[in-house]
Formats: sequence, structure tokens, C-alpha cells
Amino acid sequence: MKSLTGKAKVLDNPKMTFLERIYLPAIIGGITITLRHLFKRKTTIRYPEQKRTFSPVWRGMHVLKRDDNGAERCTACGLCAVACPAEAITMTAAERKPGEEKLYREEKYAATYEINMLRCIFCGLCEEACPKEAIFLTDRLVSTDYARDGFIYGKDKLVESVDNRVDVSKRQSPKVLEFKKIKHLRHNR
Amino acid sequence: MTSFFIYKAILVVVVFGIMLLAAMYSTYLERKVAAFIQDRVGPNRAGPFGILQPLADGIKMFMKEEIIPEVANKTLFIVGPCIAMLTAIMAGVVIPWGGELVINGVPYVLQIIDFDFGLLYVFGVVSLGVYGIMIGGWASNNKFSLFGAIRASAQMISYEIAMGLSIIALIMMTGTLSLREIVEFQAGGTGGTWNFWNVVYQPLGFLLFLVCAFAECNRTPFDLPESETELVGGYHTEYSSMKLGFYLFAEYINMFISSAVISTLYFGGTNFPFMNDLGLSQNAITILGTLAFFIKIGFFVFFYMWIRWTLPRFRYDQLMYLGWRVLIPLAIANVAITGLVMILTDRV
Repeated sequence: MKSLTGKAKVLDNPKMTFLERIYLPAIIGGITITLRHLFKRKTTIRYPEQKRTFSPVWRGMHVLKRDDNGAERCTACGLCAVACPAEAITMTAAERKPGEEKLYREEKYAATYEINMLRCIFCGLCEEACPKEAIFLTDRLVSTDYARDGFIYGKDKLVESVDNRVDVSKRQSPKVLEFKKIKHLRHNR
Repeated sequence: MTSFFIYKAILVVVVFGIMLLAAMYSTYLERKVAAFIQDRVGPNRAGPFGILQPLADGIKMFMKEEIIPEVANKTLFIVGPCIAMLTAIMAGVVIPWGGELVINGVPYVLQIIDFDFGLLYVFGVVSLGVYGIMIGGWASNNKFSLFGAIRASAQMISYEIAMGLSIIALIMMTGTLSLREIVEFQAGGTGGTWNFWNVVYQPLGFLLFLVCAFAECNRTPFDLPESETELVGGYHTEYSSMKLGFYLFAEYINMFISSAVISTLYFGGTNFPFMNDLGLSQNAITILGTLAFFIKIGFFVFFYMWIRWTLPRFRYDQLMYLGWRVLIPLAIANVAITGLVMILTDRV
């Protein structure tokens, strides 16, 4: 009877020939394959000394940028927290006191700013939502930890230090910056 | 007389040391070969190229907690690995590690004892090795261990028959059981006459012996006694710390010894091509011969590992089928053919 789909195959278990039954040719074939692999180029990267280069669009650990004077750009507007699909970002806002102009650029700032790195999916929507160019995803890795608490990154880990700025120009290339200036696009407003 | 004892004592210590060192570095080589075959680099952290890795492993083994199960038979539990180790090392006594070394006119043979029945001794000691596994598996009082032990003993008994039969053809040819005489029988290029290695006359016998040696050493594709996918760890499931280390060590020493026996019986032992035609002094020939012997051993140890990372494990019924219904008839046929050829060529 012909099958409806025509996909069925008739299998006949052919008797093994003598050469197949003594296995030796097959074994010799096998060991030549493994011998060839013995001399192949190894695919391993010796990690701490050698590192794979990230793709130019790689989104890794976040950074909270400071402006040129060293004041924090973040104004705790909460747009990033709203944009975040994983609800990984929380913050509390505070008002800048007189004399703190060196520390915070705007009149309002984030007293606490936490990202739960276990919730974060590194989509980069917080970066897109930020009106102050304050948060960016960098090419750094989120390191491992023993407990869940360790993955909730506060301002101590997120804000870049004044003398050791984090380079975000890898993804914020001139082309991207040019694109961001086109204000009539809804995306960039 | 005292000098004789000193020379023997030195030889014993050196052979013992070499075997332990070889076993240590076999573990390193195993990991490296495995890694290279799988396109990895293997251990490379301890020392340059990771050559201190065996040392680190040894320290780890000693530092591990020693656990003896509550329900185990304590005495036998300790005796098991000791027997495995002891029998593994004992076989090294009769291996001819080299020819004669003449120092100040006194000849020193690089072999601890030259028994007339050296080959039988090797067989006896190697088959005692299964008691280590058997006792260890039994004393653990664990189903998986017992399964491993039973598999090991059944496998050993089955393959010893084929192994012994494959050797008989060789003994018929050489007419001796002494390993040294078998080596001398294969000496190449003596006075214009050529003595080929035994593998040329006994290719089938060599193949049978090799397969049986794999089974006797519990190496893949015959590693059913410790098949970790089925039996947790097989006979050494309950073992920890250095007792486990002893079992693993015994396995590698067995590999080393069986490689030495294979090279001695079928690949000329300490002989190398043109050894008597190069006009070298006796001592130079001996040293080069020992070197050649160790290269042969090294190749076979590598071959064990090479096969391990190529072939998958047999099913148990396949193992028994191969042992009883393929290897034993083939070995008997090999004996018959050898006898027939010897009669026809008047070499009796």
C-alpha cells in the first residue's frame, strides 16, 4: 500500500558484509578521525590571559555617567524604570541642597539607584529612554556572586568614578550621536 | 655477593620509581590526549603546560576526607586497593627493561629477575589483580559496587582464556617462557641474518592479545566494571581519598605493564632496527635499547588513550559474545595455523 504522504521509507536491514562484521576497518576509520583532531587547531581561549573581543553592539553592565565637571547626570526622572520590561530598576529621588552643585547636575538627583542584574535582560531600553544621557550599557561583564543580594547593584557600582571614566563610545559612535540629534523623530524626543 | 644485592636493590627502587612516575604522568597524558582529541588544550595551569598537574592531583587526593561506609567490611575495604596496587606493581619484576650494562668489566642485566617461566608469572600476577577489584566491590556493601566487581571478574575470566591461547602460538614459535629469551629471539640484524619482530609472524595473535589486554586493563571499550553512566563509579563507588587514588593508580600501572608486555612479546622489547650493524659499543646499545623500549611503551600507553577517546563502550552481552564466541575460536585457530605452518616449514 502506498502511504499518503509518500515520505515513508521501506527499510531493509541488509546483512553486514564480512568487512563490516569484523569491525576493524571501522575502528581504523575512527582512530584516523581522532588522530586528525589531535593535530587540529584548538578552539579554546585561555581566558584570563586571552579574551574574546565583544561584538561592537554588545550590551553589558550599565554605567551611570557624570558630566564633564564630574557631576552626576541622572535626575531620577524614572523613565528608565518605566521603560524597563523586566522591572529591574528602582530609585528614590532627592532634592539637591545648596552647595551640592558640584555633585549633581540637576536640581533633583537619585539618592539611591538600584539595578537587579538577575532581572535585567540587557535590552538597552533604559538607555533609549534616558533624556539626560545618564545611563548606558557598556562592554563590561556583570561578575558572578554567591548570593542573590550581590546582584543588586547600587550607585556604588553603577556610577562611574570621576578620575576613571567609563568609555561608552564603542556603541555611541558618531553615527549614533548624529542620529540622536534628529529631534523630529519621536524616538529621539 | 653484597654488590649483587646492592645492584638488585637499586634496580628494584628505580623500576618502582619509574612505574609510579609513569602512572602519575599517564593521568596527565590521559587528560592531555583527551583534550587534544576534543580540540581543547587540557590542563595548563599548574606549571608550564600543566606538567605539575599530577603533583597537584596527588596532593588533592591525600587531603581529601577519608570515608569508610558504616556498613562496609572495614578490613576488606582497606585490603582491596592494597591488593590492586600490589599486584599491579609486582608484574614489573620480570619485564626485561634493558640488555647488559658492562661497568668495570662486570655485566649488569637490566632486569630484576629472569624467571624461566616469566610469562606465566606475569599472567598469574595480572589475574590476581582482579581480586583487588572483587574484594573492594564486595566490601563496599553497595549494589553498584558489587555489580562492578562481578562484571570485572566475569570479564577478566572470559578474556584471560583468549589471552592465554593467543600467547600459546607465540610460545610454540619461540619455544620459551622466559621474557628475556623472547626478546633475544627478536634481535634484529645479527650477523647478516634478520630476525623480525614477532608481530610479523603473529599478526592475528598480536591483535587478539591487544584486544584482551584492553579488556584486562578495564579500558574503553571494555570499561564495564567502572562504567560511570550505568554504575555510578562501578567497583570504586564508595571509595574516597587515597584509596580511590590507589585504584586509579593501579589501573594506570596495569596499562604501563601491559604496554611493556606487548612491546616485549610482539615488538622486539629492547631491540631496535640495525642495533648490531651500527658498530656501537655494548653499553650504548643497551642504553639505546632501553630508550627504544620506553618509546614503544609510551606509544602503547598513548594507543590505549587514543582508543579510549575514539570508541564507545560495549554492551555487556556484546562483550561476552566477543570474548567467548569470537576471540577464543580465533585464538584456537591461530594456534592450529601456527602449528601447521611450523610443521610445513620444518621449524619444529
